[in-house]
Formats: sequence, C-alpha cells, structure tokens
Amino acid sequence: MKKILSFVLCALLVVSFLPQGYAEGTVNVFNWEDYIDPDALKIFEQETDIKVNYMNFTTNEDMMVQVRTNPSAFDLIFPSDYVIERLIVEDLLMELDFSQIPNAEGTLDWLENPSYDPDHKYSVPYMWGTVGILYDTTRVKEPIDSWKVLFEDTYKGEIFMLDSIRDSLGLALKYLGYSMNTRDPLELNAAKDLLVKQKQDGIVKAYQVDETKDKMVAGEAIMGVVWSGDAQYAINLNEDLAYVVPKEGSNVWVDGMVIPSAARNPENAHALINFLSRPDIAVMNQEYIQYSTPSEPAIEILGEEYLNNENLNPSQETIDNAEFFYDIPPEFMTIYNALWSQVKNAR
Amino acid sequence: MNNLSIPSWGFWLMGIGFGLFVAMLVHTIRRNRGMKRSFYAWPYTLWMVVFTVLPLVLIAYYAFTDKAGQFTLENFANFWDSNRGMKTQLIAQGFDPEALGMGARGTVNVGTLIYSLWMAFLCTGISLLLGYPAALIMADREFKLGATIVVLFIIPMWMNFLLRTIAWMSLLEDNGLINTLLQSLGFAKLKLMYNSQAVLLGMVYNYLPFMVFPIYNSLNRQDRRLSEAAMDLGANKWTTFWRVIFPISMPGIVSGITMVFMPSVTTFFIPRVLGGGNTEMFGDLIERTFLTADDWNVGSALSLIMMVLILFSLGLLRKVDPEGEGGSLI
Repeated sequence: MKKILSFVLCALLVVSFLPQGYAEGTVNVFNWEDYIDPDALKIFEQETDIKVNYMNFTTNEDMMVQVRTNPSAFDLIFPSDYVIERLIVEDLLMELDFSQIPNAEGTLDWLENPSYDPDHKYSVPYMWGTVGILYDTTRVKEPIDSWKVLFEDTYKGEIFMLDSIRDSLGLALKYLGYSMNTRDPLELNAAKDLLVKQKQDGIVKAYQVDETKDKMVAGEAIMGVVWSGDAQYAINLNEDLAYVVPKEGSNVWVDGMVIPSAARNPENAHALINFLSRPDIAVMNQEYIQYSTPSEPAIEILGEEYLNNENLNPSQETIDNAEFFYDIPPEFMTIYNALWSQVKNAR
Repeated sequence: MNNLSIPSWGFWLMGIGFGLFVAMLVHTIRRNRGMKRSFYAWPYTLWMVVFTVLPLVLIAYYAFTDKAGQFTLENFANFWDSNRGMKTQLIAQGFDPEALGMGARGTVNVGTLIYSLWMAFLCTGISLLLGYPAALIMADREFKLGATIVVLFIIPMWMNFLLRTIAWMSLLEDNGLINTLLQSLGFAKLKLMYNSQAVLLGMVYNYLPFMVFPIYNSLNRQDRRLSEAAMDLGANKWTTFWRVIFPISMPGIVSGITMVFMPSVTTFFIPRVLGGGNTEMFGDLIERTFLTADDWNVGSALSLIMMVLILFSLGLLRKVDPEGEGGSLI
C-alpha cells in the first residue's frame, strides 16, 4: 500500500513539473511590462474560453534571449520593429494567416508595409510611439527641446536615463549628429564617451526602464528619457510634467504582434491578435497604457482629443525627423554590448 | 544560437560528471550500511542531481566552449579583457582597434569583481560590528527581552527580500518618507539613494540576520560556568569576555562571516533598486551577460570564476573552524 501511495505521489510530482500551456484552450503571451489593460484579457477569456498565460519582459534584448532559448514557450510576443526584423532573419516567426485576423484591415496606411516586415507577412502592429524627454515644467529654467540638456550639468543628478542599449546609445548618437543605426565604430565610441562622461559628471540619477514614469509623477527627478506612452501616462497623473521629442531627431518605433514558428497554440494566438486589433479593444488599451494606436477605426472613436495631442499623434515633421531602429546583427551587437558595459560600469 | 546545441563530447562530459556523482553516492550508501537511511536520502539526492549537479556541469561546459561548441579558453581571456570580443569583431570587419583608439584593455569585469569584493568586505565588517553586540545582548539570560528580539529579527525574513528591498526604496527616495520627515522638521533633504552607500545599506539590512544567528547560537550554547569560574578567579568583566566568551564564540563568528560574505559578493538586484543601476555588482554583470547580451559562454566563465573564488574562501574558513561548530548551514 505504502509503495503504491509513494509511486502515485511521485507520478503526481512529475506531472506537476510538466510545462503548462499544452492544453488546447490556452495562449502563452509574452509582453512588455505594463503594456495592456488587464481587463481586455479578461474579456478575451470570457468571449473565447481561451485561458491567457501572461508573462512580462523589460527590454527587447531580454525578450529575445528568452525566445531564442525556448521558442516554443510563447504563442504571442510583442517585439519592436528591429527585433521583428532579426527574428525574421533567424527564421523564428510564423507567417500569419490574415484570413483569421480580419481586424488587421484597419491598420494605418503608413504602417501597412513597414521596412522591418517588408511583405507584411509576419506582424500586426500593436502600438507605436517615440522616445523623448519627460520633464518637470516647474523646475526647468529654459525651454527643453534638445538632447543637449542631458549632457550639461544644469540638472546634475536629476536625470533618469533608459537602461536600454539601443535607446541610450541611440540618443547619444543622434545628439552627435549620427544615425541611430550606425555601424561606424568611431561614431559608436564617441557616443559611448559622451554617456561615460555624462555618468562620471554625476548628471545621471539612475538607469531604469519601467520605474521612471511613476517616479516622475512623484517628482523624484527633474527629467527622464522615456517612451511617449509612459510620458502621457505620467502627464495624466501630474500636470506639471511635459514631454518633448528633441529637435535633433529621435526614434519612432512600432511594437508588433508576432507568433513564433514553434508556438504550440497558433490558432489561439491568431484569435488574440484579431481581438487586440478590434477597434473597441484597441481604444481600451490605448486609454489604459497611453501609447499611440495603429488602428484607424480606433482613432476615429478616440476623436479630436487624441488627434490634437502631439504626444500621442506626433506631427508629420516629428516623424520624418525621426529614425526607425534597424536590425544590428549579433556579431556587431558584441560591439554595442561592450560599449554599453563600459557606460554601466564607469566610475 | 544557444539552443543547447551540445556536441557528443559535451554529453560525454555530462555523463562522466553524472557517473562520478553516482559512484560517490553508492560509496556513501555502502559505507553507511543502514539501508533505511539511504532510502530516505533518495528524493533529496535526485533533487541535487537535477538542480545542482547538472547545472554546474552545464556552466562548466559553457565556460570552456565557444558559440559553436568548440573548446576554448577565450571566455576567461574575456574576463581579463572585457573588450576582447569587441576587438575581435572589429578586426573581423577590417578595422584596426588600436588605430580607432579602441584597443585598450577593458577593465569592466575585473573592476566589477574588485568592487564587489570590496562591498562584500564592508558589508561583512559592518554586519559583524552590528551583529556581535546584538547577539551578545540577545544571549544574555538576565536580559528579559532577548527572546522578543530574536523573533523581531526573524519576522522580516518571512517576507521576500525583493519586497523588503523595494520597501527601502520608498524610505530613501528624494521624496521618500525620511526626506519628507526631515523637510517637515525644517532640515535640508539628504541624498540617500542612487549611490553605493544605499546599496551597502540594503546589503547589510538583508544579510545581518545571517551574522547574528550563528553568533547567537554559539553564545547561547556556551557553558555559563566557564565565565562564572573566570569571575571567581578574579577576572573582571572585560577580561572574562575577551579571554573566555569571545574565543569560544569564534566558530559562530566564522560561520557568520561565511554566510554574509558569500551572498554579498554575488549580490544582484539591490544595486539596481537602491543604487539606481549606477553601481553594477558582479551578480548584475553576470545576469546582464546572460540575459541582455545573450553571451552564455562568457557569462558561464564569470560564474565559474565567482564560484571558485567562493570555494577558495570557504576552504580558508574551514581551516579556522574545521568542525563547522558555529551551527553553519553549509
């Protein structure tokens, strides 16, 4: 009897270790931190009876490591443009069946055939936005319109930087007048030197990603480098804050919804993409996370207030002046990583 | 990429490691004879093999191979010169690192290790200075609140250390509790966070109980008659402490030092939360190498160096406390 019991217990133990998500009615979602209205997922579960296993990542680079290591763990991921490009190169994505995603019809024209997914086969845009400076209008002395302010000691010790390789090196490159996609070692090295000096001069308060928006609301620093949606989120909670995309130009990015080729529940993932592209749900998510929606019908619902908000709906001039990130192959990323490591460990 | 693409000799290596372990196990069981005891040891043994031994073997495997799975010592050279990978890449693209002014040795890895050791040293020292008197007071039979203090030390440990560290953040922030209080009392605000001191504070706070309890244990177990005898023979309080109580509590101190120093060196997360990511420690460096830079080979080499260093310091401490008398958990 005892033997049987212990055998059963062992079997149970083993079964409980088997990966979750094999079941028919689930979808394993890997998304950015704070990047969806949780109620939207609940509605999806109610409407479809598909259970959502929701997991978070903080930066594109972190996410990519997870997807490469364990490609079958996720059914739906939300990478940025340049990462989608890379995942396509590495043959890690599944071609989407657009007959299952009728709501993707409503995508804005300029996002229909993006450079990162030229034939528009692998991705449906989820949100888009810019990178800029969020600042406290009551504590700055002059109009903020340039990356320059991040590298001068006027606001020493009062600046949050993004703990994200491409964004931080990118804005330094832009300030120096180079492309954010440069592969010139000298330009990259100059950008690194600028960031090292910025840190050694004590200008940087902290390097962080998701914490910045709430800390800015609390008045913890005078300015921070943020993505546009985080900026709008913070402005909604603290009207002293303002957001600007610096005149030297910045980064315009798109986060898409893609399905890994090894996904176990592609059908359910398609259903979720279609659901998230539905105008009313796109509006719900836009209002919750405050990034710009790529859905034309959703913009119609959102109306004047959305269209007149420069943070959510940047002018054509701002977009033309900005760059998309393009894929940097892993070999060359070695150089990026080594330079960023020097910035993070400068004393 | 790193899809566990292990060539046949990698499996051989793992096989040999596993075989050695099983042999060790069989030896232990045979030596102990008592079949019953060894039977109950199996679940734990299985656990150890799957979650401790195999990962260790994997780390060793990655540390000595390159991305293609070929044997190499390059990862350790990379530890010494953190820019080595970058320079190799530049040369492969036809650049001359020296001519670009990018040829210098990268000091990131070694520098971070030294910084981590220094921080761990400070943390251990401060914990000892704070912890010994605390343990002494707690173990004093005439002090009625001793048991209460023991409980007070344990209660915060019921909560996850990540949460406790984040709680410190809301105390130390520029607009945090302490600064708000100072301001309302008319004092100037202090820069309490986003620096190494805050990281050190977080470390001492988190690791202090690991110093206090081993010392408390060894003090508590001491035979009181020894110090009474010393007093009877004319020693004053100070001499009694210095010549009797302190030497007997030495094993407790040694295991306290071990248990604080080890997690201190490998600290991560605390520098990111309380130091604002301005001061990376070796644990953060290893994490970033694995999770952001996607370089499992160099990451494993860094981990291996760290482990060897810890093993070395453990061995050193064993010399001082050969019996592990301080109630050490190791």
